[in-house]
Amino acid sequence: MACLLRTSRKKRGVMHVPDGFLSLPVSAATGVVAVAAVGVALRGARRELDERTAPLAGLVATFVFAAQMVNFPVGAGTSGHLIGGALAAVLVGPWTATLVLTVVTVVQALLFADGGLTALGTNVLLLAVVAVWVGWAGAALVRRFAPRARRLVPLAGAVGAFLGVPAAALVFTVLYAVGGAVPVPLAALAGTMLGVHTLIGIGEAVITFGVLAAVVASRPDLVHVPDRDPAGVPA
Amino acid sequence: MNRRFWWVALGVVVVVAVGISAFASASPDGLEWTAEVLGFDTAAADSAVASGPLADYGVAGVTNALLSNGLAGLVGVLVVGAIVLGLTRVLRRA
Repeated sequence: MACLLRTSRKKRGVMHVPDGFLSLPVSAATGVVAVAAVGVALRGARRELDERTAPLAGLVATFVFAAQMVNFPVGAGTSGHLIGGALAAVLVGPWTATLVLTVVTVVQALLFADGGLTALGTNVLLLAVVAVWVGWAGAALVRRFAPRARRLVPLAGAVGAFLGVPAAALVFTVLYAVGGAVPVPLAALAGTMLGVHTLIGIGEAVITFGVLAAVVASRPDLVHVPDRDPAGVPA
Repeated sequence: MNRRFWWVALGVVVVVAVGISAFASASPDGLEWTAEVLGFDTAAADSAVASGPLADYGVAGVTNALLSNGLAGLVGVLVVGAIVLGLTRVLRRA
């Protein structure tokens, strides 16, 4: 049955949370949280944006959009794609990354019907808030060992990327537990979501590492360094 | 600024969005697969814009799959890039 459904489906693998998975109250609540988060991010991003991060934010947004189109296979019969939350946060800072991922998610939903319209708040929450900030926190944790060492940045970003994907899956599971459309065993849901998204997290980490390594190798000054760092001093 | 970096990076973005994306895995993604395994995939409803001109990363009316996907990817890159650049401009002025 599932096979028949799959082969007859026109849809590509790319998919965020569609309409119908979560109840309207939960969707409305995530919408409110998403709007609030974007509001705060609009203020926070002002501190991050300068002549270096502003054009880079545009570039990162186009890369995240492009990379999200490319589903890579993970295991048998399933796939995943880059979210890019940790990648964006490390390059342009977490507030700007929140805005970048929000724009990508909104354009995907409105223009490409990727992710539901009532689920838009949920997708912004999962991708632009959870994946970005868990990714950022994971990267920051690694970078604490050597805050100025840009050589550490690809590894730090990869760790953040790896953590951000299952974190988003976990938050979805919690949302589904509160307002899922069809009753399912929650332990199985959590296990399956975390299992498959841990695999996807490995892909996320590999891509993030590769892109950051390329950026650090060619333009180390483009990597966002938190705290008061004299601009553009490669470590 | 080092222009070469930006041109190479933009080139990579276009190659990924227009070319490589056409060869993306069509298997259900992690969430879709989970939904199928646990049986809540049927709850998914079509987006209100599911019949839009760019729905599912294809251009309506363009029958060549490679071209349709590539054009959709290019439009997405331009739209996303323009919005974010505009937004950063507004935020830096504010």
